Amino acid sequence: MAAPRCVLFLLYISLFSVLEYRSSCEKLSDNTGEEQSASDALREVKSDVSGNNEDDRQWQSTDVEMDKSVEAKDSESARPAPKDQFQEELIIRPLHSGDIYASFQFRTLWDTDFLQQGNKVSHYRLFPKSLGQVLSKFSVRELHISFTQGFWRTMQWGQPFIPSPPGAELWVWFDDTVADVDENWKELTNVLSGIFCASLNFIDTTNTVQPSASFKPLGLGNATDHRFLRYATLPREIVCTENLTPWKKLLPCGSKAGLAVLMKSEKLFHSSFHSQAVHIRPACQDGQCARPAWELRQTLNVVFDLYTSGQGKKEWSLFKMFSRTLTEACPLASSSKVYVDITDNPEGELFELSPATPVLSQAVVLGDRRTYSVYDLTKADTFGQLRSLNLLLRWKGDNGDMLRPLLHAERYVAGFGLQTGEIHTLVYNNHPFRAFPVLLLESVPWYLRLYIHTLKVTSKSRENKPSYIHYQPSKDRQRPHLLEMLIQLPPHSVTEVTVQFERALLKWTEYPPDPNHGFYVGSSVISALVPSMVAMDTNLTQEHPLFSSFFPVKEESNYFMRVYTEPLLVNLPTPDFSMPYNVICLTCTVVAVGYGSFYNLLTRTFQVDEPSLPLAKRLANLVRRIRGVPLLT
Amino acid sequence: MGLLSDPNRRKALTNLLTRLNTPICIVCYLAAIMWFMGLAFEPFTLRTYMSENAMGSTMVEERFPSGERALSTAKEFDAHKRKAGGMPVEWLVKTMQARGLEVFTQSFSRTLPFPDENKERYMVRGTNVYGILRAPRAPRTEALVISAPCSPGNSNNQAVGLLLTLAQYFRSQVYWAKDIIFLVNEHDLIGMQAWLEGYHHTNITGMEYSPLQGRAGSIQAALSLELSSDVITSLDLVLEGLNGQLPNLDLANLFYAFCQKLGVLCTIQGKLQRNDWDTAEGYTHAAQTMMLMVLKQASGRAWGDHGLFLRYHIEAASIQGINSFRHYKTDVTTIGRLLEGMIRKLNNLLERLHQSYFFYLLPSLSRFVSIGYYMPAFGLLAVILLLRALDLWVHLGSPALAEVDGDSEVEQSSSPGVLSVLTPVVISHLTGVALYLLPVQLQEMAVEHFPVSETEAVVLTAVAIYTAGLALPHNAQWLLSGEGTEQGWRVLKLTSLLYLAVLLGCTALVNFSLGFILAVTLVPIAACITPHMPRALSALAVVLLSPGFVILYCVFIYQELIEAPVSISEGWMLFLSVISQGILDHVLYGSLVYPLLALFIYPCWLMFWNILFWK
Repeated sequence: MAAPRCVLFLLYISLFSVLEYRSSCEKLSDNTGEEQSASDALREVKSDVSGNNEDDRQWQSTDVEMDKSVEAKDSESARPAPKDQFQEELIIRPLHSGDIYASFQFRTLWDTDFLQQGNKVSHYRLFPKSLGQVLSKFSVRELHISFTQGFWRTMQWGQPFIPSPPGAELWVWFDDTVADVDENWKELTNVLSGIFCASLNFIDTTNTVQPSASFKPLGLGNATDHRFLRYATLPREIVCTENLTPWKKLLPCGSKAGLAVLMKSEKLFHSSFHSQAVHIRPACQDGQCARPAWELRQTLNVVFDLYTSGQGKKEWSLFKMFSRTLTEACPLASSSKVYVDITDNPEGELFELSPATPVLSQAVVLGDRRTYSVYDLTKADTFGQLRSLNLLLRWKGDNGDMLRPLLHAERYVAGFGLQTGEIHTLVYNNHPFRAFPVLLLESVPWYLRLYIHTLKVTSKSRENKPSYIHYQPSKDRQRPHLLEMLIQLPPHSVTEVTVQFERALLKWTEYPPDPNHGFYVGSSVISALVPSMVAMDTNLTQEHPLFSSFFPVKEESNYFMRVYTEPLLVNLPTPDFSMPYNVICLTCTVVAVGYGSFYNLLTRTFQVDEPSLPLAKRLANLVRRIRGVPLLT
Repeated sequence: MGLLSDPNRRKALTNLLTRLNTPICIVCYLAAIMWFMGLAFEPFTLRTYMSENAMGSTMVEERFPSGERALSTAKEFDAHKRKAGGMPVEWLVKTMQARGLEVFTQSFSRTLPFPDENKERYMVRGTNVYGILRAPRAPRTEALVISAPCSPGNSNNQAVGLLLTLAQYFRSQVYWAKDIIFLVNEHDLIGMQAWLEGYHHTNITGMEYSPLQGRAGSIQAALSLELSSDVITSLDLVLEGLNGQLPNLDLANLFYAFCQKLGVLCTIQGKLQRNDWDTAEGYTHAAQTMMLMVLKQASGRAWGDHGLFLRYHIEAASIQGINSFRHYKTDVTTIGRLLEGMIRKLNNLLERLHQSYFFYLLPSLSRFVSIGYYMPAFGLLAVILLLRALDLWVHLGSPALAEVDGDSEVEQSSSPGVLSVLTPVVISHLTGVALYLLPVQLQEMAVEHFPVSETEAVVLTAVAIYTAGLALPHNAQWLLSGEGTEQGWRVLKLTSLLYLAVLLGCTALVNFSLGFILAVTLVPIAACITPHMPRALSALAVVLLSPGFVILYCVFIYQELIEAPVSISEGWMLFLSVISQGILDHVLYGSLVYPLLALFIYPCWLMFWNILFWK
């Protein structure tokens, strides 16, 4: 009996230590248990390299120094010194298809007690004032906004760190003290539209929904009343430089120093995929979560195309990607690092990375254990003798086949003609033996009239009854359809959700200037807890001691994932707005008039009407009738 | 309307119309023919112009450099095709993947209702291979399609080679706003039908196919490419699609504009444009080109792979390379540039092609006749039917008015009138249903009892039923107890006239050419048929103008126009194959010409035949 107890004890210890690590890193994301973003889950692991320990120590010491300096600056203020923090990161991941994925993450922590009511904050340090004012004015609890140009190709690129649908997406949790959420939402979208130079002002009641389950708050607090949630997408929004510039201005260093110098718009928009986002949520200032803080996380994801910019040579460098190299960290940043994913490249057979770095880091990202080379920009020796860091990546291998991601989805419109159609949503579960549930959210504009009785969910050619359905029918010109379903995906299967619709005929003033382009239907959103690859792998004996690997590690066994399908472009019946349309109107009128009179002619019998007699004659007739004399005519 | 409300004026007007009915009808008929022939006369037609702004003035520079590589790819493809004895699926997948496309395959199978002797196929099994070039920063909502059929034998290798080389060139360009689908379809139209049905997840023809794995949103336009030789002297544009649908005229304009820009000879219906419109030859040439278009459109067939796209509201055209051994030669690089230019301009589109005409006839590539110009020709023919109907209506009405007081003879004659009208109508339509259903249903029985192949069995059954139908309504008269009266045939004729007018009107709206050809032949019968004509002579005339014979004439005229005249016996064989193709088109792709002719036009003609033999 002693031996198993001992093992269990050890297991507890290891579990506990792991939890400690995670909570020190980010407690709040575990609170809600909904989402882990990639960098949050980063976990420094002491590797065998001797220099690594030193590096860790160095890193910690810089943190402490930073804190000290911050404290020193604010020592004169009466309140406990606010500890605003700024971190920047760039993750470069060579993708399976040969393309390259660069993901910037900037995190600003604003140490302010937002829970107190009426506490007007007027002092801003690192946090952008424009956003801070918006937060307090509209009582925003959480705000997530993303602008994306392009579609993330899951089959070739794997999973993104932070997924986002094509176009603009905005979802906001309001504070539960807000009286009129709709009014706040309307004003907020207009203000944000100004801040980000985007057409967010097109968000109105016809494209706003209140999802009941798909979007949970990611920060502190567990608000679940979805009356305070608003979600809207603008699939048609085009993202360009004018959206990037205001986004860059929110950074403490702007684009003057640090990683942000790499953001040259002519390079960022010369790519296969571009997505920029702002996430604001309440977070903990420290491990005990004694003091809440606002977290502003700005992310920018770009995928560069191997073919169009490589000119045949399979070679990447920071300079080639961004036409800039790195020379310094942002002076305000407490940490500034560049990570390069080298998981698939342990022996250097796939690509060659230079300059090489001895610092390695391991993390479980999206259920997969990844290894990264880390370049710390706060240290001078990272930049070498040239005083600039230009990472170089030389491909050796061939680009591979398509991936089979555990969860992916696609959507299309079936049928032809302009009267009806059918929306098909295919959700793939490629896990060999695990079934898992997903939450599917579809928000369809009112002008596609869904026939909800035709809703069918089938997997493996058998009906798959959703365990939860939340459906809100649309109202013409007022609100869209909202359909949320909890579906269990059988292992290794395709689940097909189909629903038929009828295309509405709009009023002629409701058509946009380009009606023949078609009308967009936003991406459907699939949220799921996906069984992790790490947990799937039962053969970990090479790396871990036997006693630690019998039970799958709980916190790694599932990870949260959100998948967006492609938006749809649907043609509605469109009148011809040019000259012939007028002609049709005219001829229709003429035909209607002509038909009326012809019908009249055909159905009536005509008789020659006898003219009525004048009064004098009628009187005379009256007299004659009495007299019995023949009447006058 | 005051004119008609006044009984006196109304009477005067109807008197005028009944008195002058025959001359007016003759004038209308002649005017219709004249009008139609005049459409090909250049001063009466409009010059084509690009309506779509997004394609008009935007600058596109063509830089496609690798025609030689296209030819070598074509050779490689040919070698692999020979080795695989069909479509080299694996090689295509690998090659497309190497060019940076997302590649998917679709397998399909289809058993034809009876063997297709023209293409020698019965149980068709094949695979389509397509690669999607994803446009950078595009959300997968719009796509363009370039397709090349993988035909058996030596043909069309160059098209596939060019397609693959274009894919490679396009992949390294940055300006794409729409995804581009490169499709190599096996078994030409059947493969294309399977792919389109798979893409749109419909099944209208009973095809068996595997579902598509990759899609790229709504397809905006498609081009189908057919090249069979390394050197091309001219390019031919094919527009006629299923059921006589045509793509937007802007697509033809685009092709013409690029041919002009790159100095490529371009033809339509295989006929070069001539500049001497004022000479008799020039006019004849234009008239021949237009007649060819009318005949092709009337056939309701898809004259290229593009034809099937039109049902899905996708503008599509086929481009066929022709090597006619002229002096003037075009190399593959130029053709690649032409396609590049066209695809780039289509890529610039903000909306679907909708600005220009969907209903038109082309006497040459630079001239077009719009619906407003050609419809009067049909209208004049339709008016004849209405005038005759009016005439009959008046004649039917006036004796009834005269005898309205007193005897009950009128009432008696009108009630069997309904029955005597209804019986021939029903019998004719039942014959039509038999003509529609039996040929395919009875083929096995026919093959058992007669020494013919399945295809022959089907066609000969159709011809037999058609001929038997001539006797049926005639004999049906004997079954009827009541005698046919003078009143009876008039009512029947009135019904038939109006029925024909509605039928032809609807047909002409959808497919002008078919409607016009049927009107030209059926209207004279409909207008002047009575039971009092000399039977033998008029019976001969009515048979010679029946829909079946019209098809036969069309076959001969078509052969004459494409400068491949045939003898009578060859023509007869062609006629039979046209019928079998028509039935196949209906079953395989959903062409509506065969059911229209069998279920409506033929019964309608039988009704007139019935009038001729009225007792």
